Amino acid sequence: MEMLDFAFMQRALIAALIVGITAPAIGIYLVQRRQALMGDGIGHVALTGVGLGFLLNTSPVWVATAVAVVGSVVMELIRWYGKTRGDLALAMLFYGGMAGGVMLMNLSDAGSSANLGTYLFGSITTVSPQDMTTIYVLAALVLAITVGLRRQLFAVCQDEEFARVTGLPVRLLNLLIAVTAAVTVTVAMRVVGLLLVSALMVIPVAAAQQISRSFAVTFATAVAIGVAVTLTGTTASYYVDVPSGATIVLFAIALFVVFTALATPLARRRAAAAGKGCTLEVPASRTAEDDVRV
Amino acid sequence: MKDTGQPVIAPEAGGRPAEDRSAVIELRGATASLGSRPVLRGVDLTVRSGEVVALLGANGSGKSTAVRSVIGQVPLTSGDLALFGTPFRRFKDWARVGYVPQRTTAAGGVPATIREVVTAGRLARTKLGLLRKADRAAVHHALELVGMADRVKDSVNALSGGQHQRVLIARALAGEPDLLIMDEPMAGVDLASQEVLASALREQVGRGATVLLVLHELGPLEPLIDRAVVLRDGCVVHDGPPPEAVGQHALPGHDHVHPHADAAAEPLRTGLLS
Repeated sequence: MEMLDFAFMQRALIAALIVGITAPAIGIYLVQRRQALMGDGIGHVALTGVGLGFLLNTSPVWVATAVAVVGSVVMELIRWYGKTRGDLALAMLFYGGMAGGVMLMNLSDAGSSANLGTYLFGSITTVSPQDMTTIYVLAALVLAITVGLRRQLFAVCQDEEFARVTGLPVRLLNLLIAVTAAVTVTVAMRVVGLLLVSALMVIPVAAAQQISRSFAVTFATAVAIGVAVTLTGTTASYYVDVPSGATIVLFAIALFVVFTALATPLARRRAAAAGKGCTLEVPASRTAEDDVRV
Repeated sequence: MKDTGQPVIAPEAGGRPAEDRSAVIELRGATASLGSRPVLRGVDLTVRSGEVVALLGANGSGKSTAVRSVIGQVPLTSGDLALFGTPFRRFKDWARVGYVPQRTTAAGGVPATIREVVTAGRLARTKLGLLRKADRAAVHHALELVGMADRVKDSVNALSGGQHQRVLIARALAGEPDLLIMDEPMAGVDLASQEVLASALREQVGRGATVLLVLHELGPLEPLIDRAVVLRDGCVVHDGPPPEAVGQHALPGHDHVHPHADAAAEPLRTGLLS
């Protein structure tokens, strides 16, 4: 394990571990609410924050976090009030955010096009010690919310109307989900990149639910898958010179395929355990009139 | 306790001093619209403590909108609403209300077990979502009432319509509500499940719960119902003892779900009301 001798690789692996945990942890609520692509939208908007960070010569991660949080709140408001035109408004927001980010980066001195690529697709080995502090703080926040409030968030994402009648602060919890997703996007930005971050929120959950029947097991399995693919992807990108973000996402998709293949025999065994199938069989000596002719 | 074997005496008939009991739901002159279409045009509805009231009416008569306005899911354009004597705007005691929505096929995008879904109905009674022993016991009891206690670890996505409805009712019962509001609990539910639901409801009525339910027709719940309120075109046209079933509808065991034939008397069903 010579790669562990390098400080940058230690940081990279810790960042990968944290993203592997946090992205599926918030992603599961987005998938449950059938908003699997929300993370993608936030990623687009966050790029404006990165550009703004370069232009203002401050930390791109913090400015990106601020802009992504504002963007996610706006998305949530569009969801409440937008109704039929909501998806068009969201499209404006997504592509406006992307275009704004590219434009702002171009205007700044520090933000070159090479830099743009590291934010869009991730560059895990360039995570700095300062970045790590940010990642620790934000990840702790994400975990506290997704695990600590799991019952409330589950209720809201499962049946929003019922949750309101239970007296839960549904709007507040929905905003909390949006803001937590935005924070997760910026935490994961350096690891898998803004364009691929949503994959890590959604694919581990999609893979986990192939084999599970409960929310709790889906949650735990998704996090395990997230950690497995981020760590192996990061390690692979050290030994073979490949981009970490793309490797991680392709590993996740490969796992999804494996889990889906496993799901069919598993479901069959569960069905068999639940009760013996029909015992009626077609009699061996069928008479000719059983055949239907057309 | 209600004696379900006897013919039910309506409160107006003087069998019980209904006026002495506090109003749990008080809806006065309620109007509401969906889009530009008025759906409720001045509905008065009072449900007193311990009563079982059925809200009847054809499709599009506004009965679903009426219950959804009672739980605050459809805003009133005018009129007053009070729950447990508190004006709706100041009402916070949602733990006392159990709600069974009209059954939807839309489950969440992630698998969930029966226990996980029913536990969500207990949240209002917990502090910060922490489950104590009493909460787990209440969830288990609710599942026993609907006959699903042996299937707690099954996914809700793998249930039949009737079983799914039983889970939704258990979710409402898990909070041990004083007021139970159900929107068409019997729609598309097989006979076995209907009987289970009727006995679960009887248990709730027995412990003194107040019940408001939207029904397409009285069916197996008939012996439990104290009073029926019939809506037509967003107005109350009957408030009193449950109407006698006539013709084919009066046959024992008759239960069906079909759109009423009198299409001319009914506004077009837009799907917005359900």
